[in-house]
Amino acid sequence: MRPSPHRAPGLLLALLALLALATQAPAKAPAKSLALWPWPSSVKVSPKLLNIVVENFLIDHGPNSTAGPSCSLLQEAFRRYYNYIFGFHKRYHGPAEFQGGAQLQQLQVSITLKSECDSFPNVSSDESYSLLVKEPVAFLKANSVWGALRGLETFSQLVYQDSYGAFTIKESSITDSPRFAHRGILIDTSRHYLPVKTILKTLDAMAFNKFNVLHWHIVDDQSFPYQSTAFPELSNKGSYSLSHIYTPRDVHTVLEYARFRGIRVIPEFDTPGHAASWGKGQKGLLTPCYNPSQQIEKFGPINPILNTTYTFFNTFFKEISSVFPDQFIHLGGDEVDFECWSSNPNILNFMKKKGFGRNFIRLESFYIKNIFNIITSLKKHSIVWQEVFDDGIELQPDTVVEVWKGENYFEDLKQVTSSGFAAILAAPWYLDAISYGQDWRRYYMVEPLNFVGSKKEKQLVIGGEACLWGEYVDATNLIPRLWPRASAVGERLWSPATVTNLDDAYSRLVIHRCRMVSRGIAAQPVFTGHCSHEYEMKK
Amino acid sequence: MAGCRLWVSLLLAAALACLATAVWPWPQYIQTYHRRYTLYPNNFQFRYHAGSAAQAGCVVLDEAFRRYRNLLFGSGSWPRPNFSRKQQMLGKNVLVVSVITAECNEFPNLESVENYTLTINDDQCLLVSETVWGALRGLETFSQLVWKSAEGTFFINKTKIKDFPRFPHRGLLLDTSRHYLPLSSILDTLDVMAYNKFNVFHWHLVDDSSFPYESFTFPELTRKGSYNPVTHIYTAQDVKEVIEYARLRGIRVLAEFDTPGHTLSWGPGVPGLLTPCYSGTHPSGTFGPVNPSLNSTYDFMSTFFLEISSVFPDFYLHLGGDEVDFTCWRSNPNIQAFMKKKGFNDFKQLESFYIQTLLDIVSDYDKGYVVWQEVFDNKVKVRPDTIIQVWREEIPVDYMKEMEQITKAGFRALLSAPWYLNRVTYGPDWKDMYKVEPLAFHGTSEQKDLVIGGEACMWGEYVDSTNLVPRLWPRAGAIAERLWSSNLTNNMDFAFKRLSHFRCELLRRGVQAQPISVGYCEQEFEQT
Repeated sequence: MRPSPHRAPGLLLALLALLALATQAPAKAPAKSLALWPWPSSVKVSPKLLNIVVENFLIDHGPNSTAGPSCSLLQEAFRRYYNYIFGFHKRYHGPAEFQGGAQLQQLQVSITLKSECDSFPNVSSDESYSLLVKEPVAFLKANSVWGALRGLETFSQLVYQDSYGAFTIKESSITDSPRFAHRGILIDTSRHYLPVKTILKTLDAMAFNKFNVLHWHIVDDQSFPYQSTAFPELSNKGSYSLSHIYTPRDVHTVLEYARFRGIRVIPEFDTPGHAASWGKGQKGLLTPCYNPSQQIEKFGPINPILNTTYTFFNTFFKEISSVFPDQFIHLGGDEVDFECWSSNPNILNFMKKKGFGRNFIRLESFYIKNIFNIITSLKKHSIVWQEVFDDGIELQPDTVVEVWKGENYFEDLKQVTSSGFAAILAAPWYLDAISYGQDWRRYYMVEPLNFVGSKKEKQLVIGGEACLWGEYVDATNLIPRLWPRASAVGERLWSPATVTNLDDAYSRLVIHRCRMVSRGIAAQPVFTGHCSHEYEMKK
Repeated sequence: MAGCRLWVSLLLAAALACLATAVWPWPQYIQTYHRRYTLYPNNFQFRYHAGSAAQAGCVVLDEAFRRYRNLLFGSGSWPRPNFSRKQQMLGKNVLVVSVITAECNEFPNLESVENYTLTINDDQCLLVSETVWGALRGLETFSQLVWKSAEGTFFINKTKIKDFPRFPHRGLLLDTSRHYLPLSSILDTLDVMAYNKFNVFHWHLVDDSSFPYESFTFPELTRKGSYNPVTHIYTAQDVKEVIEYARLRGIRVLAEFDTPGHTLSWGPGVPGLLTPCYSGTHPSGTFGPVNPSLNSTYDFMSTFFLEISSVFPDFYLHLGGDEVDFTCWRSNPNIQAFMKKKGFNDFKQLESFYIQTLLDIVSDYDKGYVVWQEVFDNKVKVRPDTIIQVWREEIPVDYMKEMEQITKAGFRALLSAPWYLNRVTYGPDWKDMYKVEPLAFHGTSEQKDLVIGGEACMWGEYVDSTNLVPRLWPRAGAIAERLWSSNLTNNMDFAFKRLSHFRCELLRRGVQAQPISVGYCEQEFEQT
C-alpha cells in the first residue's frame, strides 16, 4: 500500500496513519480466520479445522445447565447467533453435502450458577465465560446468562466462511472476562431525536462489541422526548413534536431489547443545568432570569430555592426509578451556568438567608444534595458528571463520577479515585468530535489506568464510555459515525491491558467492520478496501 | 398562452408564505407573493404547451413529469376534494411546460443552456425554457416551491422566477476505486445531484486500489484488478444505466481514467504496462507509474481509450495526470536510457512526453479533456482547449493564485481545492465551503470567463456505501449553490435557514442527509 490520493498537504495525522499502514506486516491469513473483537483474555487455537454443515449444526442447552428452553433470553440468543453465523449467506451456498473430515455438530451452552435469565444485568454481573471448540461438540460455559451472551458472540466470530461458502472453525480454547465492568455508549436523544429503530440497531452493534451499558442522555436543553406518565406535559410541550417522543412502550422496548443482549440502560436526567426543555411543560421549575432588575422572558437552571422543585423531583424520580430497572441513575450536574441565578433577587435573598453569601457553588451543592437524598430514598445510586466532584459538592459514598473534561483527565481520575469514589472515563472518547482519517487509533491507545495511583485507586475506575453527542448527529449518520470507531473503545475496555498492538488491531478491525456490515450495521470503512458483501440501503 | 390553471386560495397566510421561498440553490431572480394557489394531488398534471418543441414521447420530460409528481405527492392516492362547482377548474390543475428546442434524445453537454422562467400567477402556471435541460432545472424549482399546510393541503405561492446557472460545470466526484460503490449508491447520488442542480458526475472509476470498470477490449483489467471480479465491478450494462440515468436528470458523466500515476490496479491485467521499479541493478518486484518508454504502452492506451471514447458519450474525458511519483522511473535503467536517447534531463519532460502522446491519442477520437493541475504545473504542452482542474490548496501556490495562473495562460479552469468533502471536521463545515468565491483572484474579466465551474470531491479512502450519503448531503449542497446562484447570494443566515429546510426536504424524499445543527424534521430518517 502506498500513500496515494488527492490529498491536501498538511494533513499530518492522516499521513502518519498512512505511513503506519505502509509499514504494516501482511497479517492477512491468520487474521482472516481469527478476527476476534474484542480480543479475549486467553486464546488457544489449534490448526485443526472442523467443518460445520449448516443443516447438521445446532446450538443447544447443555444437560446440566441451570438455564433451559424456558430461558427465552438464551433461546433468542441462539436463534440470533445462528442467523449471524449462517443466515445471511444461505443464498450463496448449494445443498449441504458433507465432504468428510472432522465436523462440529453442536455448540452446547451451560450456565453453571444462578442463570439470572429473567433478571436485568447490573454493574456486578458476571460476564466471564469459557469456550472449548473440539470435535464433535463445542462447549460454552458461563456462570450466568450474561457470560453466555458474550461467549456466543465470540463463538460466532470464530466461524469462518471460505469463498466457496463452506463454514469452518478451528479447534480452540478460550477463557475470557472483561477488564472493566462498565463499558458504555452514550447516545443523546435531545439535540436530535433518534427513532427507536436506530437505538435498537445501536444495541445490536453494542453486543457485537461486548459493550454492556447504554447511557441514554434522554433529555437536555433542546427537547424533552421522554414521555412521563406523572408529568405528560413535559413531553407534550417540551418535545420537538408529538411524533418525536418515547412513549412508555418505546422505553420498555428498548429496556427489554437491551436486557436480551446483556446491556444495562442507564437513563440520564441532567439537572440543574441543561434543563431548558423541562420548563415548557413544568411551570415554575426553571429559574426566571432578571435583566437587570426586571424579570425577562428567559429562564436559567432549575430553581433550587422552591419547595415545589423538590416535590416535583420526588415524584418524577420515583417514576424514573420504577421505569428504569438499573440500580444507577445519571443525574448530570455538568455545566451549570450561574449567571441567571445571580441575576435573580429571590435567589440572592435565599442565599443570604442560608448564609451562602454569593457562593453559587454552595447553592448548587444545596440543590444536588436534595436530589441525592431523593435518589437514595428510592434505593438507587447516582452517577454525576465530574463538575459535581470538581466543585467540592458533598457526594454520597456510592456516587460514581464520570470524567469528561479533556484537558487533564488522568489527573481528574486520580483526584476522584483518591477521594474514594468510583470513576467512569469518557474524556478521550468523545466520538462526536470527528476528524479526517483513522482516529480510532487514538481512542484505542488510551490506557485508562495510566495515572499514578494505588491499586485500590485503580480498582475504582469501573470503566468508560464512548460518547456520541447529538448536536450534529441523528438517525442519518449515527451508525457510520459510531461504528467501528467505538469498537476501539470496546476492545480497550474489555481486553487485557496488554492488547495494544495497532497493526494487529487494524487487521482484526477491518474484518470486524465487514462482519458488522454483513449483520446489517452500516459501519464505515477503516481504510481503503472492500467487504465481500457491501452495505446496500434497503428501500 | 394558457390561462390560470390553479385554484386561488382565499386564505392568505403570511407566516407560511416564507416556506415557499425555501429554494435551494437560490434562483438568480425570484419574486414571491402572499397570494397562494391550491394544488390537488389526484389530478395535478404536468402538460406540454401546444407550442413546445418537446411533446409527449420526449423521454427526458415524460420521465421527469412522473418523477416530480411522485416527489410532490407520493404515489398514493389522496382524499378527493369536494367537487361540485369546482370540478371544471380542477381539470386545469396543471403546470404547463414549454421548451424551444427539443433535445430529448441527446446528451447534455458543457454548452447546454439551462435557463428557465417559471411563472405562477392568476393567469398562468408556466415553465418556459430553451432546452429540456433547463426545463429539468425549472421542474426541480417548482417542486421546491410547493408546500403542504398543517391540514395537508398543497399550496404554491404566486411566484415569478427567471433563473440560470452562474457556472456551466457544476460537478460532483465519486471515487469507486478506493471503495466500490454499489450501483444503487451511484444512482441515488444522481437523484440528489439533480435536487441540487449539479450537472456533472465526475466518475473517478479506477485508481491504485482497484479497477472496477469492466473493459470489453481488456477484460483482464477487472479480472485481475478489481476487488472481486464478480461482485465488485461495473459491467457495460451498469455503465450504460448510469449514463442514461444521469442523462434523464440533465447530468453529464465525466469519466476519469487517471494515468500515468494512480494506476497500480491496471498492472495485473496488462503485463508490461507499469514501470518495474529497480532496487540496485535488479527489478524489486514492485511497480510504478505507467511505463512511458515503450511503444506497447501507447498501443494499449490507443485501444483502451478508443473503447472509453465510445462508451462515454460526453465530449470530455478526464485523463488525470496527478501525483506522478518519479522515484520508480528514476530507479529503472531502461527508463534512464530512454530519456538519454530522447535528450530529457528531467522527469517532468518524461511525464510531459507521456501525457502529450496520450492527449494526441484522445484528440484523434474527437474528445476534449480535463486534467488535474499538475499537468499545467509541470508545463506539459497541452492543447489550448484543455480544462485544468485545481485541487491543491497551498502547493505549489495558493489555489486562487493557481486559478489566476491557469487562466492567465489562457486555459479553462475548474475549482475543487476548497471542496474536498471527504475531509471532515466537527461542526458546520459547509459554511467554509459556501463562502468560497471561485472568482476571487486577480485577473481580467476574460480570465474570469475561463473559470467554467467547480467540483465537490468525495474521495473514497474512508468512504463507501455505509457513510457516503450523510457525508455528501447536505454539505455538497453548499457547493451546488455557490456554483449555481449569483455571487451576491452569500448571506449566511439566509443560507442556513434554507439549507436546514432543504435537508428536511431531502429526508422527506428519502435521502439520508445529515443534520447541520440541532433540531428536527417532521419526517426523520427511518432505519431499515
